[in-house]
Amino acid sequence: MNVHPKPEMNDLRMKGVIGNLLRVGVLLAASIVLVGGILFLIHHGGELPEYHIFHGSSSPLRTIPGVIHGLMTFQKRAIIQLGLLLLILTPVANVLFTVFAFWVEKDKLYVGVSSLVFLFLLFSLFGGKF
Amino acid sequence: MNNLELSLIVGVGALFAGMLGSLTGLGGGVVIVPLLTLGLGIDLRYAVGTSLVAVIATSSGAAAAYVKEGFSNIRIGLFLEVATTVGALVGAFLAGMLATNIIAIIFGLVLLYSAYLSTKAKEDHSDDVNPDPLATKFKLNSSYPTEEGVKHYSVHNVGAGFGLMWLAGILSGLLGIGSGAVKVLAMDHAMRLPFKVSTTTSNFMIGVTAAASAGVYFQRGYINAGLTFPVMLGILAGSFIGAKLLMVAKTKWLRLIFGVVIFALGLEMIFNGITGRI
Repeated sequence: MNVHPKPEMNDLRMKGVIGNLLRVGVLLAASIVLVGGILFLIHHGGELPEYHIFHGSSSPLRTIPGVIHGLMTFQKRAIIQLGLLLLILTPVANVLFTVFAFWVEKDKLYVGVSSLVFLFLLFSLFGGKF
Repeated sequence: MNNLELSLIVGVGALFAGMLGSLTGLGGGVVIVPLLTLGLGIDLRYAVGTSLVAVIATSSGAAAAYVKEGFSNIRIGLFLEVATTVGALVGAFLAGMLATNIIAIIFGLVLLYSAYLSTKAKEDHSDDVNPDPLATKFKLNSSYPTEEGVKHYSVHNVGAGFGLMWLAGILSGLLGIGSGAVKVLAMDHAMRLPFKVSTTTSNFMIGVTAAASAGVYFQRGYINAGLTFPVMLGILAGSFIGAKLLMVAKTKWLRLIFGVVIFALGLEMIFNGITGRI
């Protein structure tokens, strides 16, 4: 077995797609957060925050349905949370893409490796309230 | 202090953190938590959640710029992410169990170690002989472009590297940082990857590792919109400016100064942790 296989063309293409996915994800997330942030400061800029006390566990914006409900009622914080969620999902989308790319390359071993990473990420996103 | 004033202070702080982080290669995420907790008295849980978002933003931004250049190794990245994502879940779980002052002490120790690393020049231990059989099995050995043409490298001590990356994942999930310091140990010293390969691959991995704990943090309410937005935007802008300044700045002195700052913050985190003030 050759211990130094040549990187295939597919690997380079894979990196190209990953680079673009990351760029689009970060830019989109940052734009949404910027818009939400400006609106938040316009409407709530004068309020006094209490970040020295932790109230997070009762925040309605810590679930995806909660964020969607917040968006429907036009809460500024929900717009920011949407952008932050998008940022968190960007690397997840990348891992999902590598599952697909290795499947196209017929690299079963790495379809397995990247699927495993993807499963851990899904567990964190949906089962993480332990 | 109202929301507007806090956003401005935190945003400017994050801008400098991002700039220094990218100029020195030490990562800006590591100073966000001390800035928020020691500087502004913000609860450690909010600080850690905020910092983690900042880490995802900067590492994804950097990875987007570097992944195409051909230094990063996607297979090594994914292989080690199995360890870091499990570690990150364990770390996020521990963060909900441990008292905040214990977390502060661990954070301080990691800061001291990062400061120590900043005084040492990065060494390249790579070669292209006798790879670990596991590295061959998992197709980790590869090559990267250099000015003298394509250079091959072998990957060593895969087991030790995997274990250290698990630890890096735990620290990342517990403290909301990228754990660059532990990754240097794993990838540069244990697995002996070429410097450029380890740096770019680790950038690509940090976002995935951080996403694994961010999912948990999000559902626990550690990620607060009003606090996180100026940090995310500030650190992104800062690391972008830092990357542009990299061509002209004298990074040797900056590294030294930033190292001293990190060292002092580490001592203060430990002191505050021991006296229970955090």
